[in-house]
Amino acid sequence: MTVRIGVVVFPGSNCDRDTLHALDLAGAEPLELWHEQASLDGVAGVILPGGFAYGDYLRAGVIARFSPVMRSVAAFANDGGLVLGVCNGFQVLAEAGLVPGALLRNRGLRFLGRDIRIAVEQPDTPFTHLAGPRRPLRLPVAHGEGCFFADPATLDGLERDGQVLFRYVREDGTVAAETDDPANPNGSLRAIAGVRNAAGNVAGLMPHPERASEAVLGSDDGFGLIRSFVASAEAGARSDAGRGLEVIAR
Amino acid sequence: MTAEYRFAVNVTPKPGILDPQGRAVEGSLDHLGIAGVSAVRVGRRVELSVAAADEAAARAVVERLAAELLSNPLIEAFGVELLQATSSTTSDARAGTAEAGAR
Repeated sequence: MTVRIGVVVFPGSNCDRDTLHALDLAGAEPLELWHEQASLDGVAGVILPGGFAYGDYLRAGVIARFSPVMRSVAAFANDGGLVLGVCNGFQVLAEAGLVPGALLRNRGLRFLGRDIRIAVEQPDTPFTHLAGPRRPLRLPVAHGEGCFFADPATLDGLERDGQVLFRYVREDGTVAAETDDPANPNGSLRAIAGVRNAAGNVAGLMPHPERASEAVLGSDDGFGLIRSFVASAEAGARSDAGRGLEVIAR
Repeated sequence: MTAEYRFAVNVTPKPGILDPQGRAVEGSLDHLGIAGVSAVRVGRRVELSVAAADEAAARAVVERLAAELLSNPLIEAFGVELLQATSSTTSDARAGTAEAGAR
C-alpha cells in the first residue's frame, strides 16, 4: 500500500515540485492540495512546502494561514494528523499557532541561501526516526525570515518537553552560538532550527530536506527526514488517523 | 445610518524583540553625521477605512483585525489611531486626533 501525502500549493510556493519528487522517491503517493480547496482528499499526512506564500505580504506565512486549505490542515492537525512545514511552511505553521514560536527577520538582515548543518535533537519522533546515525545533517537553507524566537519561559518548556527537534550546529557537531556564528545562519535563539507542537504530530523546520534528498543534489542527508514522514504517515494510516505514532516510530 | 471611519494601525516590535532593521537604521546614522539618536524600532503602518454604525463598532473591527492579522501577538504590539470620521449622510468630516494613540 502506498500512502497518500498532500503537499499544499499556495500562490508563491516554490518547493512544492521538489517536495512531490522527494515523496515519490520515498515511495509515497504525493498529491497537490490547492490553497483554495477545503478538502484534504483523504491524505495521511500534509507537508507545507517552502516558497513565498501570497508573496509573504504583511508577514511571512500570515495570509496563507487564513486560506481554505489551512483551515482544513489545522483541523487535521488538531485531530492528530501528521503535518510538516518546511521553511515558508514552518512560517505558516507558526503564524497559525500550530507550532510554538515565531520566525523573525534574519539577524544579519540578508536573505541566505546556502548549506548549513543541523543536529537531530530528538531521534525518536515521527519526523526523525529514520534520519540515520546521529551526525550533523547537511541541508540547504534559503530564507530571509528564519530567526526562531520565543520568550525564555517558552524556550525552557520546549527544551524540557523535547519539542526542539533540530539545532544548527558547526561542522564538528557543537551547537552554534546565537550571534556572530555562521553556523547559525539567521541568529535563531538557542540555535533552534526546528520544533514540534506539544502533541508531537506537527513539526516545522527552516532547512530544506527535500532539496537534499538525492546524491545528485549534493547531499541526501534530508532524505531520512522525508522517509521518516512517509513511514509515520503510513503507520498512522494503518493504525487509524495517526494515533500511536510515537510507539510505532520506535 | 452608517459612517465611514478611517484608522491607522501602527505595528511595532515588542520591547526586547530583536529588531535588526532598527539596528541597521541606527548603524547608518554615523554616515549621515547624525548623533544622539538611539532605540530605533522599525514597524509597519496600515491605514484602512471601516463603514460602521458608530466609532466604537468601527474600532472593534479594527482592533480584531489588528490582533488577528496585522500583528503577531508573540512579537509585535499595535496601536489604533482614528484619522477621520465621515458621515455618509451629511459628509461632515472631522479629524480624530482626540482619541488617537489609545495604546
